[in-house]
Amino acid sequence: MHNNADSEIDSCKYILDCKDITKQYGGILALKDVQLRLKKGQVHALVGENGAGKSTLMNIIGGLVQPNSGTLFFEGIPYQAKSPVEAIHAGIAMIHQELNPQPYLSIAESIFLNREETYKKIPILNKKATNEKAADVLKKFDINLSPKIHMEDLTLAQIQMIEIVKAVSTNARLILMDEPTSSLDSEETERLFRTIRDLQSKGVTIVYISHRMDEIFAVCDSYSVFRDGRFIGSGSISDVTKDELISLMVGRVVKNIFPKIDCSIKDVVFRTEKLCGKGFKDISFEVRAGEILGITGLVGSGRSETMEAIFGLNPLSSGKIYLNDKEIKIRNVRDAMNKGIAMINEDRKEYGLCLFRSITENISLPSLKKKHKGILINQKKEREACGKIASKLRIKMANLKTDAFSLSGGNQQKVVVAKWLMDRPDLIILDEPTRGVDVGAKAEIHSLMCQFAAEGMAIIMVSSELPEVMGMSDRILIYHEGSLNGEVTRAEILSGEVNQETILRKEFGER
Amino acid sequence: MKMDKVQIQKVNFLKMDQHDINFFMKRYGIGFVLLGMFILLSFASPRFLTVLNLSNVLTTVSINGLLAMGMVFVITAGGIDLSIGSMLALGSVTIGLIMNATGSIFLACAGAIIICALFGLVNGFLVAKFDMFPFVVTLASMLVIRGVSYVMSGGYSFALAKPEFAQIGLGKLFGTIPFPALIFLFVTLLAFVLLQLTKYGRYVYAVGGNIKSARASGVNVLWTRIGTFVIMGIFAGIAAIIMTARINAAQPNIGVGYEVDAIAACVIGGTSFSGGISTIPGTFIGVMIIGLIFNGMNLIGISSYWQIIMKGLLIIAAVMLDKFINRKN
Repeated sequence: MHNNADSEIDSCKYILDCKDITKQYGGILALKDVQLRLKKGQVHALVGENGAGKSTLMNIIGGLVQPNSGTLFFEGIPYQAKSPVEAIHAGIAMIHQELNPQPYLSIAESIFLNREETYKKIPILNKKATNEKAADVLKKFDINLSPKIHMEDLTLAQIQMIEIVKAVSTNARLILMDEPTSSLDSEETERLFRTIRDLQSKGVTIVYISHRMDEIFAVCDSYSVFRDGRFIGSGSISDVTKDELISLMVGRVVKNIFPKIDCSIKDVVFRTEKLCGKGFKDISFEVRAGEILGITGLVGSGRSETMEAIFGLNPLSSGKIYLNDKEIKIRNVRDAMNKGIAMINEDRKEYGLCLFRSITENISLPSLKKKHKGILINQKKEREACGKIASKLRIKMANLKTDAFSLSGGNQQKVVVAKWLMDRPDLIILDEPTRGVDVGAKAEIHSLMCQFAAEGMAIIMVSSELPEVMGMSDRILIYHEGSLNGEVTRAEILSGEVNQETILRKEFGER
Repeated sequence: MKMDKVQIQKVNFLKMDQHDINFFMKRYGIGFVLLGMFILLSFASPRFLTVLNLSNVLTTVSINGLLAMGMVFVITAGGIDLSIGSMLALGSVTIGLIMNATGSIFLACAGAIIICALFGLVNGFLVAKFDMFPFVVTLASMLVIRGVSYVMSGGYSFALAKPEFAQIGLGKLFGTIPFPALIFLFVTLLAFVLLQLTKYGRYVYAVGGNIKSARASGVNVLWTRIGTFVIMGIFAGIAAIIMTARINAAQPNIGVGYEVDAIAACVIGGTSFSGGISTIPGTFIGVMIIGLIFNGMNLIGISSYWQIIMKGLLIIAAVMLDKFINRKN
């Protein structure tokens, strides 16, 4: 009964209607006959584990990638963008997870890049007109920034806002957002949500990709689930629970998202006394063997800065550090490593991996000095040690010689963890250990943390994701504007005495 | 059952799986170009596949080969060294001055290597300590070093006190293998061990691949980077010895433009300009390809002007081939 005329009428009901989209990369099927239907004004969550095909579909809609088969209708008209420029002309804009601003352009120049105002008769840039136009658009979004500020002087959240403003100013009716909150703190996230609701009221449709369930339930009204390149289902957010949505994503029932095991907590391993440095002051705390210490706070509150200083990446201006009751001095990363401290940085691509070198080389880099005597590397010994740890952490890979680049986000993160486990540390600092990692790998990393704790390591975990911090920590320290503003214990959380809201309030400075 | 086992062993006699083959193609695919040139030239000229001609090729590529073996360290760590042409001149003048003053060939050679290594140290220190662009630093030191060699020599070339020194450039082991070729092969082996089998080599790859990650993994980034420039200096010093011996005079004006061929050999051999990717066998192949363009076209009788054009086109072809292979994987 389905003929072409019918399906076109059908498509008019939806602002975007993707039918039977298939995309193959070499021999790998990234998408198999998937569909995605959006109604005007919806905020639609697209969920699935990493590798489920969400980003591929976004790239197809955004014109970065061409599908092998399938049809798309945008506003009732057949649509196929061969480049991002065509997508923008059609009214579809994409906000990428990793923002790539032009650092030396002003806000006005970046908003109107490629659409610059010129004088009427001569093709010379009219800066004044461009700035005025930009000021108008910024005003519409209540953004209190001068259009003349350079992009390099903005925070990540501000850059993202500018991207959104830019999208709307090109008359985008559909905005695709890929993990927009991955580098935002809770306040900035809240602000983004307000913007999204505002856009929604103006009739803009939004596709929202995120791994964070709370956000999806806070801002989205409908969802589609992808799994292994296939469309699994869609519906209204009000009809599902978080657990149901997660089960749909992973295809099995996930009972316990946080597999925290209580281990016996022993002596104090690590202690700081009034640490001061750039971005933090008077930080005193201790961690015990077998303990997971959670640290949370808004982005920029000094959490990561403190940890980087402890690990010797940035200098400390004052304060004392004690390891196993002995005062130690840390001048650089090598000092920290020699003392038995390991740190998994929040940015694994920038600080964690050499993406185009092999997995073996990445894993063994920090421990080469200790594990191999003399100047030569014992290749066999290296291979065996890396193979052992890779199978212990269950890193999914073709083989140890493949580039780290070819791994999925979760497996890349496991490689970074593996690097630091080669030489068993006393204290391991994990900064955002599960950022951009899918649900399955997340659970594995969490259970690894429990395993380390059980082996007697002291663990510091920095995270912006409150459910993670609350689910995994024995104790939680809360940062506010560079100093500690409260401590919460696991008992208080389990008894319900402290909840997410209490912690958020402390992050915002309430006592 | 037994048959099966035998067959599996046969297929797997190189112990290579699909991944290994891909990797091999990615790193050494350019080797087929070299093979093709060999076959083509042996058909085109009967004189090509003679011991005399081949040892000639190895001798002519030895200087560029030594420079390329140093350059591959520098580029792999994310740098570049434009000053090596001037280092050849400085090394040459140093050899002449020390030899004529002391009469010792050994002291003269050691002096050349040490002074080139010292300038490498300065290059590396400026680049790594102050985080200056290697292109700019070595562009400047190219001028300084050239100037120093003019000042030291008064601007003139001069004869060497020890005529037997020329044997380094002309002599042959067992009457067949020329010394320059022997030195080049030895340095290639040394470079292979250093870059691909030692911890230091691993650090060079890590620094070039991702300097922040290397630092966060406790690698001594400063000395790793400086080290690559020092190695470059040492190899340039050795190249200066061979060059001086071959022309049998100390000259302050030699070596202009030699950095171009060294960089070209690295790039043709699969070295990534953004750092972190390279191999010594690949670089060796790059050196040989450049050498064969020169030698082969001479044999066939094509003018040297065309050789320059060929070299340029080959660099672009090599980089394109690299992009193509990498995208496919």
